Amino acid sequence: MNFVSLLNAMPGALAQGLIWGITAIGIYITYKVLDIADLTVDGSLGTGGAVCIMMMMSGHNVYVSMLVAMMAGMLTGLVTGIFHTFMGIPAILAGILTQLGLYSVNLKIMGKSNQAINVDKYDLMVSLRYIKNVAIYQNTILLVALVVIILIAVLYWFFGTELGSSLRATGCNAGMARAQGINTDFAKVLGLMISNGLVAFSGSLLAQYQGFADINMGRGCIVIGLAAVIIGEAVFAFFHNFAAKLLAVTLGSVIYYFVYNVVIWLGIDADLLKLLSAIVVAIFLATPYLRSKYMPKKAVKKITDGEGA
Amino acid sequence: MLKVSHVSKTFNAGTVNEKLALDDFSITINEGDFITVIGGNGAGKSTFMNAVAGVWRVDEGKIEIDGEDVTSLPEHKRAKYLGRVFQDPMLGTAATMEIQENLALAKRRGLSRTLKPGITKKEIKEYKEMLKILDLGLEDRMTTKVGLLSGGQRQALTLLMATLKKPKLLLLDEHTAALDPKTAAKVLEITDKIVKRDNLTTLMITHNMKDAIMHGNRLIMLNDGKIILDISGEEKKNLTVADLLKKFELASGEEFTNDKAILG
Repeated sequence: MNFVSLLNAMPGALAQGLIWGITAIGIYITYKVLDIADLTVDGSLGTGGAVCIMMMMSGHNVYVSMLVAMMAGMLTGLVTGIFHTFMGIPAILAGILTQLGLYSVNLKIMGKSNQAINVDKYDLMVSLRYIKNVAIYQNTILLVALVVIILIAVLYWFFGTELGSSLRATGCNAGMARAQGINTDFAKVLGLMISNGLVAFSGSLLAQYQGFADINMGRGCIVIGLAAVIIGEAVFAFFHNFAAKLLAVTLGSVIYYFVYNVVIWLGIDADLLKLLSAIVVAIFLATPYLRSKYMPKKAVKKITDGEGA
Repeated sequence: MLKVSHVSKTFNAGTVNEKLALDDFSITINEGDFITVIGGNGAGKSTFMNAVAGVWRVDEGKIEIDGEDVTSLPEHKRAKYLGRVFQDPMLGTAATMEIQENLALAKRRGLSRTLKPGITKKEIKEYKEMLKILDLGLEDRMTTKVGLLSGGQRQALTLLMATLKKPKLLLLDEHTAALDPKTAAKVLEITDKIVKRDNLTTLMITHNMKDAIMHGNRLIMLNDGKIILDISGEEKKNLTVADLLKKFELASGEEFTNDKAILG
């Protein structure tokens, strides 16, 4: 085991972690803000990648392609949202249905199960080739970091608006939200659209980065995203501000990819990686429940003023 | 003000749990009425209130608020007319949001939610003043997450939220039932204060006959999805719990079975 090879892998891990961080932010919005486990993302990530690559191959500018990829992702969120709200299908099942449908859609977009794009022939925004020995304004890590910061700023602003607050209220207490005149169905659909738009955007970056879009690129996306959310919240538990929490989630994704690369470096069979991810996420998701069941904490005195009113 | 005409609602129709919760139910409520609603378990009190609030569609009948037919209006659209406080203190507020954010949500009841800031500095000042009426010290904890408050504090806050934007009708669904007696008395006192101050038309469900007699200008008693008693004015002022029990037995032909209502 050569330590230098691990060090050499780290910039790539950072770039991948940041790109997946955008997916993780999308998943945070559904899972944490809206309290919906949305499985659409396993399909919409691939949709984003496929749309971006195919648009570029047919001669469109990279930024236009990424924008259209994001809009395609929002459309997938709209479909899941309609399944869930208008048609009354439970959220998880609605996501699974869209995800399954997207498998065919993504195949039709690409025409086959994968499409490669040559970094020398196309003007890509990010690539694994743009990590070392490139001009600073071309450096993938810096560019993605900048994109992440802009996205967090926009989301921070949005969730502070009346509309954004109505989404937060819907996720926290839908009955209360309706009593305050909030259309919770609309809020859920909008949240799913924003989330899947971000995930597809992340997919468009990922496809450029790895140089191809693939029908399987989104498989397990929800688990990786959840892992990033959980790691970010655990490591940066002292972050309370909403923007800081989104940053924590992104950093959680970076940590995930660092660990991932260490695991590969340790020589563990790459076929086992998804199993490992699933087990790790299962343990983290189960921890709060098991802790409360088997290690009950002594009642923490509630912070209340005055005489118990 | 509120006119409910011939409304019926059956739950779990066609199953062994079928329950006719509202049976050809009609009532007219006048502007400024403060009506207390009592009745045994399953009498239809909460169903009546949920029908008005639009939690689900009624099977038959018509509901009008201020002359407008709202029968087919979804819950969130009716919200502009209604202020609501629920029995469970957890239901009326968003636990993960701050006190001031909850108030800001309530302030925008009935308005469309735009991309304007969700809360402004000017509002925060207003809310600080408003919270003083509760006399719970919440005005100094504006950015505290509501989940950290006690049941009574949350219920008082919900009451403030329900009346922040003056509702045409205030719906109180046993809003003190989950609180200890001392806190319940305090929340009721705040209720009276706000209802009087804003001259609110109010419907208050209570399981407590004494409270039902002491508060409001009109009292209705429900049984099996129908109104079996409707008392107002002088007659209501002279009511006693014993009278109510007797009237219940006369009207329904059975004994009143809710101990809590008699002893509470």
